Amino acid sequence: MTAAQLSLPLDDEGWGREEHFGPWTVGALTQYIKELLEFDDLLEDVWLRGEVSNFARAASGHLYFTLKDSEATLSCVMWRSAAARLTWQPEQGTAVLAHGRISVYAPRGNYQLLVDELHPLGLGDLHARFEQLRAQLRAEGLFDAERKRPLPPFPHLIGVVTSAQAAALRDVLNVLRRRYPLVRVLLSPTLVQGEQAPPQIVAALQRLDARDDVDLILLVRGGGSLEELWAFNDERVARAIAACQHPVVTGVGHETDFTIADFVADLRAPTPSAAAELAVPDQAEMRGWLAEQGGRLQGGIGRRLDEARQAVAQSEALLRRFSPRTQLDAQRQYVDDLSRRAGRAMSHRLALDRAALGGLEARLAALSPAATLERGYAIVRRADTGLVVCRVDQVQPGDGLVIRVRDGEFGAVTRSEP
Amino acid sequence: MSEDMSREADDLADLSFEQALNELEAAVQRLEEGDLVLEEALALYERGMRLVQYCNDLLDKAELQVAKLTVQSNQP
Repeated sequence: MTAAQLSLPLDDEGWGREEHFGPWTVGALTQYIKELLEFDDLLEDVWLRGEVSNFARAASGHLYFTLKDSEATLSCVMWRSAAARLTWQPEQGTAVLAHGRISVYAPRGNYQLLVDELHPLGLGDLHARFEQLRAQLRAEGLFDAERKRPLPPFPHLIGVVTSAQAAALRDVLNVLRRRYPLVRVLLSPTLVQGEQAPPQIVAALQRLDARDDVDLILLVRGGGSLEELWAFNDERVARAIAACQHPVVTGVGHETDFTIADFVADLRAPTPSAAAELAVPDQAEMRGWLAEQGGRLQGGIGRRLDEARQAVAQSEALLRRFSPRTQLDAQRQYVDDLSRRAGRAMSHRLALDRAALGGLEARLAALSPAATLERGYAIVRRADTGLVVCRVDQVQPGDGLVIRVRDGEFGAVTRSEP
Repeated sequence: MSEDMSREADDLADLSFEQALNELEAAVQRLEEGDLVLEEALALYERGMRLVQYCNDLLDKAELQVAKLTVQSNQP
């Protein structure tokens, strides 16, 4: 013990080491090492990357495990107080980032890391697995565009694979209710995160897909961390989607989250709500369309009725043209026409006659006795008979006569025979 | 006439929304193509308008039905 006490490196000149003669005790050397390590500034504050192995949780609540990489291993302890703050479950093989300090456990001659913080370092690893699986499934043709099936435009029954308690389900139902309440929904409940999720999702998909009355399947989950969405990057889930006979629409996480399930699905929606929107028509649009069709029906029948009315009018005109009444009218008109022509001819003729008469009158006038009377002749007529006296024997003495001269008449009495 | 109406109404009740839409679309097209006997055109028009009404009614009355598929392994 004296030697051990002497070995304490208290002297700057290092006399302790120099003064140490003879063999150390195990305890003294270990103590020396312990103090070397535990008072080292670097080793008091260590961030360390490694992979967990030999993980054990003691009854006391302390965690014991080893961190290793390809070159070395390091024992680690996480006291119960620190372990209680963990929000995740370290497992064999998990890549982690640990913080702590190095200490020496003298009874076993061990140095170890006393861990006070432990974070999963999965991201880089998960990304690598994601890319690897994506490349593999793409090579197998599971993402091919030719595999994508169109969605039925008017689905009757939509299968939904998600957690029965999830907000995602509520979102989906709200959208379906608003857009297309005619559809029926069949929920196939499943866990959507954790180790049990992938086989449950596969079973939930298969239960729905086995039914003939399902038109399409929505596979949805709300937003979450990469780890929480990891079930949708599972190869079993991907292959189950590819095997579905009904079209599958995925809506997992947020807009920016892409999962392997999205690539395999017939249609990928950015969110659960968006998946529901893609799955059904919008009743507002349908009502608009129906109104438009109603208008076209009105227009169509209106035109047809107009045609019919026109046809009726035409027939009526034809009929009227050939009716007996029309023919009678026509004949009546003909008669009218004839009579009009006859009248015209008549008056023409009368005019001609009148003209001829005028001529005759003139000629007659030229031949009348008036002209002779002008020249001094007289016309003698019997007063009683009015007969013109042309011969002597027509009168006796005493007969009354009327003598007409140029400007009038006067009476006379026959006196004797000449 | 009223017998005809009720019989045809029953015909409609058997139609799914999609079937009704398809028939409506076909009716509109035929009516717009013309070359129909007037009786046919009128019948088509009446049928079409009833289809419009029927589809709107379906939308008005529809309520989203949700059922849950029980997990078989949970059953005895």
